[in-house]
Amino acid sequence: MPTAKIRVKRFNPEKDRKPYWADYEVPYEPFDRVLDALHYIKWNVDGTLAVRRSCAHGICGSDALLINGVNRLACKILVKDIGTTISVEPLRGLPVIKDLVVNMEPFFDKYKQVKPWLINDDPTPEKERPQSPEQRELFDDGTKCILCAACTTSCPVYWTTGEYIGPAAIVNAHRFIFDSRDQGGQERLAILAEKSGAFRCRTVFNCTDACPQGIEVTKRVQEVKRAITVGGI
Amino acid sequence: MIEHEYDALIVGAGGAGLFAALEASKAKDLKVAVLSKLYPVRSHTGAAQGGISAALGNVEEDHWEWHMFDTVKGGDYLVDQDAAEILAREAIETIYDLEHYGLPFDRTPDGRISQRRFGGHTHNYGKGPVRRACHAADRTGHMILQTLYQQCLKNDVHFFNEFQVVDLLIADGACYGVVAWEILTGELHLFRSKATMFATGGWGKIWKVSSNAHTLTGDGAAVCWRRGIPMEDMEFYQFHPTGIYRLGILLSEAARGEGAILRNHSGERFMERYSPTLMDLAPRDIISRAIITEIREGRGVDGKDYVHLDFRALPREVLEEKLPEITSFARTYLGVDPAKDLTPIQPTAHYAMGGIPTDIAGRVIWDEQNTPVKGFYSAGECACVSVHGANRLGTNSLVDILVFGRRAGRDMVRFVREEAAKGKITASPDRTAAETFQKLLAANGKERVARIREDLQVAMMDDCGIFRSDEGLRRVLGVIGELYQRFEKIGIEDRGRTFNQDVLESWELGCMLDCADATVRSALNRQESRGGHTREDFPNRDDATWMKHTLLFRNGADYKFTYKPVTITKFQPQERKY
Ligand SMILES: Cc1cc2nc3c(=O)[nH]c(=O)nc-3n(C[C@H](O)[C@H](O)[C@H](O)COP(=O)(O)OP(=O)(O)OC[C@H]3O[C@@H](n4cnc5c(N)ncnc54)[C@H](O)[C@@H]3O)c2cc1C
Ligand code: FES
Repeated sequence: MPTAKIRVKRFNPEKDRKPYWADYEVPYEPFDRVLDALHYIKWNVDGTLAVRRSCAHGICGSDALLINGVNRLACKILVKDIGTTISVEPLRGLPVIKDLVVNMEPFFDKYKQVKPWLINDDPTPEKERPQSPEQRELFDDGTKCILCAACTTSCPVYWTTGEYIGPAAIVNAHRFIFDSRDQGGQERLAILAEKSGAFRCRTVFNCTDACPQGIEVTKRVQEVKRAITVGGI
Repeated sequence: MIEHEYDALIVGAGGAGLFAALEASKAKDLKVAVLSKLYPVRSHTGAAQGGISAALGNVEEDHWEWHMFDTVKGGDYLVDQDAAEILAREAIETIYDLEHYGLPFDRTPDGRISQRRFGGHTHNYGKGPVRRACHAADRTGHMILQTLYQQCLKNDVHFFNEFQVVDLLIADGACYGVVAWEILTGELHLFRSKATMFATGGWGKIWKVSSNAHTLTGDGAAVCWRRGIPMEDMEFYQFHPTGIYRLGILLSEAARGEGAILRNHSGERFMERYSPTLMDLAPRDIISRAIITEIREGRGVDGKDYVHLDFRALPREVLEEKLPEITSFARTYLGVDPAKDLTPIQPTAHYAMGGIPTDIAGRVIWDEQNTPVKGFYSAGECACVSVHGANRLGTNSLVDILVFGRRAGRDMVRFVREEAAKGKITASPDRTAAETFQKLLAANGKERVARIREDLQVAMMDDCGIFRSDEGLRRVLGVIGELYQRFEKIGIEDRGRTFNQDVLESWELGCMLDCADATVRSALNRQESRGGHTREDFPNRDDATWMKHTLLFRNGADYKFTYKPVTITKFQPQERKY
């Protein structure tokens, strides 16, 4: 079996003063994911390694990590596809708890700021609210978001000022602002027009590259900026 | 222990737990909290792909009675028909509620919720396939999970995320809360509550090839079993026919609903031979058996243990728009382009029909007389109500988790108001949880948790999979006995408190062993073939002896089976043919 060198940035708050790199030789099969390599380390070499994961196929958003310098889901990238030396670090811009595990609270707090739920105070009809396939298409992209934080933590603006609400929150706001059934668009646009909001974006496109769901993140942020500028959608 | 007190406590934040929480949170005067070992949006409900059924009749004629019939027949008549009727009726209002909560369903050209075909769902009581599954591309579960989480945020539901529940507080036939391990700090917390619910999901990780998440280790079921609650119908476990070869990642039945076809080594559409009417859309147990039969008789591809799923006749737009996730799975994990290449698949462990026994209000029951455990509820995949009987139809789990999740949430509110004693709850836990974790943190034996888990998964796959026999089941039971002994001698490397996954994975392995133990014993006990339980030594369904639910109790080293009658209302058992 071929082997890869996996370099993992380790940190145990109960022992270490600062993070350090540890190297592991990991055998792999052609279908092994980077997550499988991390499991190999955990299960065979060092049981103290901490990494969040659940679904193992790119759906739950647990294991967004900095892999060879870019944000990826460890379970959605195969070892054989990214070379024989692979570096794995925790996401940037969020406080590290232990090894590859970061504190996700600041990320979810920003998500909640945009009121990510359907706002519609009309009495509910007996059946579904009608929506044409074209109307549904307008906000499709944002519905794919799995809240993995890969986009927000790849953004240089977010690294320098943690105040920035970040692309993930904007994409989720977009998902409602452009939903024909929603009535909270103006409220959300007002939130995103604030200093910490959408205009912080410098269109670096890191977020779009990082999104494991293929969401055109930057484009959606631009659409939100335009809606703010013209005073609505 | 750090102590908390709530009126209603919900363990698990998948579809079942969140819908219960949403319902309970409408009672503004009650203190409600959700505990989950994962962040809610990481729950495996998000992995559900194909759809959620309801007889809306949006694209062709449909009736809830047809849905109920399909559910009963699909479950090989072991379904409790009062529960199936509720499922089929309430599915309809549930879908509209989800839509009102903002769920982005795919739409028909005239703006209504779009529906597609799915295995075992038929019109006119079995005459041919019907379009009943509502969907949002092949991300239906993701949309449900997101929508319910959003609504819970809106309603200010209180979440304890990354809290692992490890024990139940049971005294005098009633439940008074749980003990949980806070993953961040490694501290034990005591949560007292008037009403408690388990919505902890399945245990598909006890098999080697599985569509389930690493975290689906059967914690809730195991904790109940250890506290004297029986496990119902554990022998019925579903293998989904189309998992990605070796990895087990699911390729939804929606693929076949949209027209994909199964083919063996010579390219033959073999389902024609096994199910002339429904063919590739026959129920899962039938297709999984057909695939294994093809492989055993030498018609697997390249003489190996897989067959092909053929998407090539599907237009590219259908792949990109209706099946984008599974198209991307095939590309990412197999390097194949389903539009041009054949996709290698094999059956994958998928869904638990059995579990924690409940009644139709979601109340957990102690025994075959349906005596409720006061103040204790369960719904979702960990529970058995039983709407799936011996085999679940595709899209019916999402209906089940929502319909019965909500019912449980509702009845918890009623219970807190009408039945629960007023004032402070005084029950306190025994030392079990504290001692378990002390022992785990100090464990310094030679056995590795990962090795025991792997041995369990392989043994379950070999001898307690799709085809079973007395000989094989006794063999795997022996293996499980040895694994329990090895589990006593494990070593732990992480002795810290912060995010100690080493300890938690060890504790989860204990739960997996219990779920496997209950599954194998129940499978050995049931000497007939029905739905997802196929005994090669007892190939026929035997209604005279086995038209009944299994309840398996464990008390230390003693096991006891009792039986509960199947509720039959509208549909008398018949031979099951498709
Ligand atoms: C790949 C895949 C595709 C599927 N597709 C479909 C489909 O198209 N249609 C359909 O109807 N069904 C489908 N199913 C089945 C269906 O998705 C599941 O049965 C259902 O989502 C289970 O929901 P749940 O709420 O019971 O549990 P889950 O969503 O699994 O949630 C379990 C929750 O319990 C928590 N938990 C577990 N243990 C503990 C503990 N010890 N302490 C605290 N919290 C705990 C977890 O954190 C999680 O929040 C699919 C299943 C899979 C695997
Ligand atoms: S483990 Fe779920 S996204 Fe990777």
